[in-house]
Amino acid sequence: MNRSEIIKNYSDIVVTKFSSKMWSTFLVLGIIVYLIIAILSLDIFQIHKKWSPERASLFALDTYAHKDHVTMKWSEPDDIIISFEGSRWSQYVGPYQKSDGLPERYPEWTSIGPEGETKISFKNGGFANLYDDKVTIENWPDTKETLVFRLDAQGKPYVENVDNLPKWIRVTENKIEVRPSLYERVQVYSKKVEVHRYNLGWNYFWFDFDSPLEPYGIWNAISLSFSGDRVDPNISNFSLLIQEFLNNDMWHHGQILWALLETIFMALLGTLLAALLGFPLAFFAAYNVTPFKFVRTILRRLFDTLRGIDFLIWSLIFLRAFGPGPFTGIFAIAITDTGTLGKLMSEAIENTEEKQQEGVESTGANKTLQHRFGIIPQILPIFISQTLYYLESNTRGAVIIGAMGAGGIGLQLLGAINTGTSWENVMYMSLLILGVVIFMDTMSAKVRRALIGDETLGAELQLAKMAKK
Amino acid sequence: MQSSLPENLIKIENNLKSLTRTRSIYSFLSIAALIAVIYSGLIVAETGNATSIWVGLPKFFDYPVDLFVGSWEYGYRWNLLLLEYLPDLISTINMALFSTAMGTLLAFFLSIFSSRNLIKSKTTVLIFRRIMDICRSFPELVIALVLLYLLGKSALPAVIAIIIHTAGALGKLFSEAIENVDKNPIEGLESCGASWFTRIRFGVVTQALPLFLTYTILRFEINIRASTILGFVGAGGIGEQLYTNIQWKYEADTIAIMFLLVSTIIALDYLSSYWRKSLIGLKS
Repeated sequence: MNRSEIIKNYSDIVVTKFSSKMWSTFLVLGIIVYLIIAILSLDIFQIHKKWSPERASLFALDTYAHKDHVTMKWSEPDDIIISFEGSRWSQYVGPYQKSDGLPERYPEWTSIGPEGETKISFKNGGFANLYDDKVTIENWPDTKETLVFRLDAQGKPYVENVDNLPKWIRVTENKIEVRPSLYERVQVYSKKVEVHRYNLGWNYFWFDFDSPLEPYGIWNAISLSFSGDRVDPNISNFSLLIQEFLNNDMWHHGQILWALLETIFMALLGTLLAALLGFPLAFFAAYNVTPFKFVRTILRRLFDTLRGIDFLIWSLIFLRAFGPGPFTGIFAIAITDTGTLGKLMSEAIENTEEKQQEGVESTGANKTLQHRFGIIPQILPIFISQTLYYLESNTRGAVIIGAMGAGGIGLQLLGAINTGTSWENVMYMSLLILGVVIFMDTMSAKVRRALIGDETLGAELQLAKMAKK
Repeated sequence: MQSSLPENLIKIENNLKSLTRTRSIYSFLSIAALIAVIYSGLIVAETGNATSIWVGLPKFFDYPVDLFVGSWEYGYRWNLLLLEYLPDLISTINMALFSTAMGTLLAFFLSIFSSRNLIKSKTTVLIFRRIMDICRSFPELVIALVLLYLLGKSALPAVIAIIIHTAGALGKLFSEAIENVDKNPIEGLESCGASWFTRIRFGVVTQALPLFLTYTILRFEINIRASTILGFVGAGGIGEQLYTNIQWKYEADTIAIMFLLVSTIIALDYLSSYWRKSLIGLKS
């Protein structure tokens, strides 16, 4: 049998038409051409220009580390300030006179040297010493000699021993920056000296700097709350614990947890309202329940419009009516999902088996009872699984609506990112969001699986399968 | 009457009664729980909201009415605005299309490594699943906001954010589709000595391709909405135009953009449901 015979005898399975053989090749070519155009039009290569790894690694460092600042003004070398993150409200050591002796909260990594200088020890074994008229660093890696920084006659900082400076010291006209690794940094300006000392972890996470419970730590504070004398005589230790935790000035736990609660309720109430509205409306949009074509068409178009006007636009409209707050989110979600759930459910109702309804009818039941016992039991699992599915995706949606102005954790997150300094708070909130979304996801998947058996396929496919029946 | 019935019938009737009672208790409890959730939620919302619901509800139509009145006053040149904002719409669609394409590609690779029937090593599957979970759980907005801060305002951060989210979301669906394929073609290929790649190419991809395409089209629709939203926070495109015009209170422009957006979404909705139906083979 030669080629032409094969083609003649098996014309139904042998593909000869060029177009049908080549379409996949053309498709792939087309996709590649599109990708090239898109990469050029989106200016992907600009990433080189804007991406600065240094800046990004600094921000990344800020998400999991904290730093202490030591600041000395050249004009007042006696008034050294040691503070947490450079905040005015969390100073270990405020402006003080060395002659008055050490203040109480002197961090253990600082000490007073033989000449009255302030010694700051770093984790790399090195020291930075702040004298009245100079700053020295000693015992740092790569360079064992002591480097001295001073101000010249014009008030500009300079390095005294210039030969073989290590690479991590950058000298510019107005500033000397010493940064051997991400964890230590000394900056000498013409007005002041600033030393940053980084530590891993989130400091003051449980209680803020000024809290009376801060010296105890979280575990001791918890055990104190069940036994022991009152820290604050006016209030029981347990309420003090809760109060100090929620009113933490650095982490704003109370505010953030409340915002998270608002977001969760936005998703929960929005989805519930959508379910309560969409479920009955779906019956009026299904042809096997509602005989009036007029009603059905109107409802169908209503569902399409509600769904088509994106929740973004709904939230803008509601934002004008209700102002920033959860109602905006609740109604935006509820309206959009009434459309979605209504459409899906009306399709599910139309695809139910008629036999069950006929069986109920044969017992002499009226229409309402027929629908109650003939249709609802068939669609209830799908309805609940769909609602849970949307609850999960609405949790993410509520964060987004929140950032558009409806409040909740989304707005808090937007604020924290825009300050550009509190990356640890950004990380904290992101982790909270991640936790809530994963929790919702797992819960809804568990309930869905319990309801419709071990069917792990996506919701869309289940409907398709049902429609196929 | 009771006494005339046989004993087992009475038993059945009693059982039925007790079942009905338990059932109604359960339904009562769940309805009560539902009401409690709604009520407490409304209280949370009422405390957190700037405007009370009773003040806000009557004002619901204020903004739409403002918009329509504004664009009515703008006059007949309104339809030209549609043309004016078309390039922005196209750039938003472009963003969505590109990120859907790249995200799908990533999702495909992720899904292969997180399918139990293709990868023997349980740790690999677990690691890739967790990676997908994390990619999926972050709202695009969070990633986009951070990247926008780092990279400046352009479309790129939004594209990266959508790619990450798409890879996670589609990867999960893809791997479920792969795990549900028929084993026999794979075993058949294995029996004639096919390599791992050949098995995937002819045993898995051929079976799962319609589902892959279905999910991808659905995702494209979602991504258009997402890239519009990301435009709001500085990624450009029609979202940014919408935001600016709302801020400047240009009602006619706002309505034109909303019209473009809504018609695109509705058109795509119809198109995608048509494609999907023809792919699963149920044109109805």
